[in-house]
Amino acid sequence: MKLINKNANRRSFLKAGLFLAGGAAATTLLKPYNAIAVVPEEPKGEKPWYGIGIDIDKCIGCGSCAKSCKIENDVPMEPFFFRSWVEQYTILNDGSVKVESPNGGLDGFTQSVPDKDVFKSFFVPKMCNHCSKSPCTQVCPVGATFESPEGVVLIDEKYCIGCRYCIQACPYGCRYLHPKKKVADKCTLCYHRIKKGMQPACFANCPTGARIFGDLHDKKSELVRFLKDHTCMVLKPHMNTGAKLFYNSLSAEVR
Amino acid sequence: MEEFKHLFEMLPKVQGYIYPNEVDLNWSILIVLYPYITGLVAGAFILASLERVFKVKVLKPTYHLALLTALSFLLVATMPLINHLGKPMRAYEIMITPHLTSAMAIFGFVYLWYLMVVLLLEIWFDYRKDVIIWSNQSTGIKKIIYKIISLGTTDISPKAVALDNKMGYIITIIGIPSAFLLHGYVGFIFGSIKANPWWSTVLMPVIFLFSAMVSGIALVMLIYMIVTRIRKMKIDMACLDTIAKYLFYILILDFTLESLDQIHRIYVSEESFEIINLLISGKLYITLFIFQVIMGTLIPLFTLGTLQFYKPADKTRKTIYLIISSLVLFGIFFMRWNVVIGGQLFSKSFYGFTSFKISLIGTEGYLMAFIWLVIPLAILSFLLWLLPPWKKQEEEYDPEST
Repeated sequence: MKLINKNANRRSFLKAGLFLAGGAAATTLLKPYNAIAVVPEEPKGEKPWYGIGIDIDKCIGCGSCAKSCKIENDVPMEPFFFRSWVEQYTILNDGSVKVESPNGGLDGFTQSVPDKDVFKSFFVPKMCNHCSKSPCTQVCPVGATFESPEGVVLIDEKYCIGCRYCIQACPYGCRYLHPKKKVADKCTLCYHRIKKGMQPACFANCPTGARIFGDLHDKKSELVRFLKDHTCMVLKPHMNTGAKLFYNSLSAEVR
Repeated sequence: MEEFKHLFEMLPKVQGYIYPNEVDLNWSILIVLYPYITGLVAGAFILASLERVFKVKVLKPTYHLALLTALSFLLVATMPLINHLGKPMRAYEIMITPHLTSAMAIFGFVYLWYLMVVLLLEIWFDYRKDVIIWSNQSTGIKKIIYKIISLGTTDISPKAVALDNKMGYIITIIGIPSAFLLHGYVGFIFGSIKANPWWSTVLMPVIFLFSAMVSGIALVMLIYMIVTRIRKMKIDMACLDTIAKYLFYILILDFTLESLDQIHRIYVSEESFEIINLLISGKLYITLFIFQVIMGTLIPLFTLGTLQFYKPADKTRKTIYLIISSLVLFGIFFMRWNVVIGGQLFSKSFYGFTSFKISLIGTEGYLMAFIWLVIPLAILSFLLWLLPPWKKQEEEYDPEST
């Protein structure tokens, strides 16, 4: 009869059990910290890396972008919550600058400065810059804000604690606290649409083609062509946020 | 519509142009309280460490009082924060999945480190022997509480007490950098926001630290006078004078740093200069110049400076200290106000201002803020009843014993 060392068996079972438990515990403990290890980077090769182009020369200030955004994304209609809005800049003859955005430009614009005083006037559509080094993602204390592999800055609304640090950190004023959900909210670049190959709502509804959405990695895309043909600039470049919203004809007064 | 009523009321008060999402202030009075309360904690602890580590024995009467004050306020420090969250029930996420690139994520750990490792341990070692003695002397519920606090220890032999003292000393040494960390870190939460030029300065953590020390010292000074008065005991004037001296020195440093910050802003005159200039000469004029600078800094500086070489009678000095410590506490509160609220009044477009209106009731109202400031005092009263510093064994007060 073969002797079985029960102890040894038990010991190896315990060993294996402890090993498994330890491994599981270590994984659980380390998991939250992978934010540091996996800071999203611009993917190499063929994968899309979305960006935005806005041609200020083509914007007529109709507000369709702002309106379609509110409808498409169920943004509260009150004039305090915007994922997308339009600003009207008027440079007066005396050099002063007047900026207006009544109801985010949703209802269109009128010129409040008399014609004789206007040196020049133009519209600047604003939205999230989907920065590749976004300060809002950096400061989120729980990692509820993140960058998708395509470079879209998103919020996990089931995870956001509503501390509003991200709202403070965004240099462009693109975030707000959703009054019903009590979590931070922002432009998703209509992620639900672009994943189906559609344009974001504000792009699809721009009547003049002032907004160009595309893949910065695709050298044949309309966006890359737009960037090649125009001298484009990002907002607040000194902030070094890696903004991916490029404006053509961006005046120095725009902030 | 009712929930947006206050926002619609604010719309006509907007001056110039602000981004449309900027009408409402995201951080309100509760976030003013957070750096204020943590500052009081750090300051009170540093005052205690002066006695313990730097052997300023004349401060002995305030040593335990300072520690208990620090603990009372620290226990409440996170409450305004959690109260302010959009989703308070998710607050624990910050501890279990901290996003380490965020300056805010580490707060939970810094806080717990300070509470568990520094304050609670230090107070425990300081009081262990007395708690054991008191548990033998008392009856009823108090006896049970003392038994629990002593954590089952009964050894009060000289050897054990010597170990307590040694541990207390070591913890205070760890505690000093921890107190610096706690409040310097709070400053970094604001200072690291590059989008906001009013906050984004490398001096912010240092300014927060020194203003914390100023406020904590003033608080202990005030509480010491009030508690001694309630106990109908004689105020130790040598102790009070020494506290006032430290308050004076640190106030000089604090004022110098804040002035440096402002001078630097004026001199380099960056893109944000015009809007900040308008901010401090307009919306912040009263809270910055009158409350913070004149009442909270210049008057105390001048008065305490005078007292360094001219000493009026004890009674007069007591009144002066009472007024000055209150003024300093008032001034530092408005320093926090000017940072937190002031930093959100101007638009990041630098083209305009929003306004701030605070109501009496509601979770972000005056009343709630007042409650968060009173609760620590209630906790302190309880702690002083449970762990009265003045009933500690006599030899504890003997300077030779440490």
